[in-house]
Amino acid sequence: MANTTLTRSIPRSGSAQVIRQPRKKLTVGKVAAIVVAAVLAVLWLIPFAWATVTAFKSEADASASKISWVPPSGFTFDAFASVFQAGNIPLWTWNSLYTSAAITLITLVISAFIAYALSRIEFKGKKVLMTAIIASIIVPPPVLMIPLFYQMLAFKMIDTPWAIILPQVIHPAMVFVLKRFFDQIPRELEEAAVMDGASRLRIFMQIILPLSRPILAAVAIFVFIGAWNNFLWPFISTNDDSLLTLPVGLQTIKSAYGVQYAQNMASALLAALPLIVVFLFFQRQIIKGISTTGLAGT
Amino acid sequence: MSSSTVSRQTSQVRTKPTPGIKAGPSLRRSRDNVSGWTFAAPFLVFFLVFLVWPILYGFYMSLTGKSLTGANDALIGFSNYSEAFADAGMWRSLGNTLYFTVISTVPLVLVALVMAALLNIGLPAQWLWRLSYFAPFLLASTVVSLFFVWMYNPQLGLINDFLSKFGIPKIGWLNDPNVAMWSIVIATLWWTVGFNFLLYLAAMQNIPAQHYEAASLDGAGAWRQFFSITLPQLTPTTVMIVLLQILASLKVFDQIYQMTSGGPGGSTRPVVQYIFETGFTGYRLGYSAAISYIFFGLIVLVSALQFVITRRRSA
Repeated sequence: MANTTLTRSIPRSGSAQVIRQPRKKLTVGKVAAIVVAAVLAVLWLIPFAWATVTAFKSEADASASKISWVPPSGFTFDAFASVFQAGNIPLWTWNSLYTSAAITLITLVISAFIAYALSRIEFKGKKVLMTAIIASIIVPPPVLMIPLFYQMLAFKMIDTPWAIILPQVIHPAMVFVLKRFFDQIPRELEEAAVMDGASRLRIFMQIILPLSRPILAAVAIFVFIGAWNNFLWPFISTNDDSLLTLPVGLQTIKSAYGVQYAQNMASALLAALPLIVVFLFFQRQIIKGISTTGLAGT
Repeated sequence: MSSSTVSRQTSQVRTKPTPGIKAGPSLRRSRDNVSGWTFAAPFLVFFLVFLVWPILYGFYMSLTGKSLTGANDALIGFSNYSEAFADAGMWRSLGNTLYFTVISTVPLVLVALVMAALLNIGLPAQWLWRLSYFAPFLLASTVVSLFFVWMYNPQLGLINDFLSKFGIPKIGWLNDPNVAMWSIVIATLWWTVGFNFLLYLAAMQNIPAQHYEAASLDGAGAWRQFFSITLPQLTPTTVMIVLLQILASLKVFDQIYQMTSGGPGGSTRPVVQYIFETGFTGYRLGYSAAISYIFFGLIVLVSALQFVITRRRSA
């Protein structure tokens, strides 16, 4: 495996399209498959559609006992206007964005460094270290919440962004995703640099990292989506209204707005929008990213 | 350095990954020790502070009567544990978590398999199907909960309105203790099945085409091919997906807390919520740490199973 060419050693890049089954003519079976797939797709789109229709209704139409896809008094932006006037959604979005970006960045940097050490450097205690990190994959975050909260209290970090960011940067499974990828990069590529007396750091930065862009992107996508949508830990570690992330902030509007159905749906859609838009633009990369990192565990 | 040395080094490198060249063996080794731990250090700091320490400290807490009000830090041995084992509330919430795990894992794996199999036939407009099935996974739990609480609304909800057209009486999706957990499973299925679907799809597309070509020549239809080629080839993937799904389902909290707050009458309250409430609403940090550890034991059990199975597979 080690002396195959680089292109071959990068796993699953685009080969999927080639291996797919040869296309057959339109058969009864295929038509049936399309019908079933379409029914599922419709079922999967209905919640989005219904939320969208509700968000564009007046509150009176939204809470009318007769349910309508086209509201009697027409569609309106009232709900969105009220939500924007309340002003929370943009703030929460910003909070989610910068905390998730920080989490993703720190995770990538520290994981890539240690993954390189585990892949390329023979050092004392490496086996023990590997075992400890592998074992830690099984620790479920809910088990940590009580001691971690107490610890953040002692660090005086509760109600600061650090409380949200710092405990979320440890992704042992991603360390091994990166290590496995580094393992497959042929060592010959580094040898010339070693001859020139290049340091480990330079080899890592100038040879390994540039070759690892696809896997770094995959890990970044996985970590970012997880951080963006995380609820439990930000919910525990922040009470300050100005620090709430989107998922946590949305939880507070449910009680605040009560029966404002149109406004609830408008808020939910605005919260959903950023990642959906990103997905529409980077569909291929995101799907590839999830497929390569997903089986590693969470 | 002559070229013959280089090639010898190269072959040595391949078997033993020590690419240091200029230094002697002992110096190189000590240098490797330094650089190895240096590269590992940033991760290790976070790992020790935010993972290892809380685990150890959490266990210590579970042996104390610690509370958020600061009272009673003294060690009380394992009495939190004996109290938990006699606590009907803990057993009930643990039972709810297990119930959710069983009834959610089955559809979350089966529906994902069906979705992937349908796409793998080679349907047109692949991106459209993938978008529809996977998009909900990108939503925060709170968004999903808002969507479904609204659709499940007994009086004004879309679902009861649809069912009433067939003369089905109104169902209290989230208010009926016999139905609520199933409603949460349906919402969860909608939300996260796309993830398993992508894993299945990737695995199916990695099955070599020759397998299918040979079967086609033998006259096996699509149905036969699915059961005699696709499904067996997917076995390792299926095992992993099932185990990952079990682990994910055991950690359920967000959508239940948001949709029912564990109700009605505690009928959906998962163990993570029980830990959360004991610690943060009841202020009994020590006791809730003990329940965390009982829950952790359960997770370790399932994970051990996963390790055994994956080891056997790769061996």
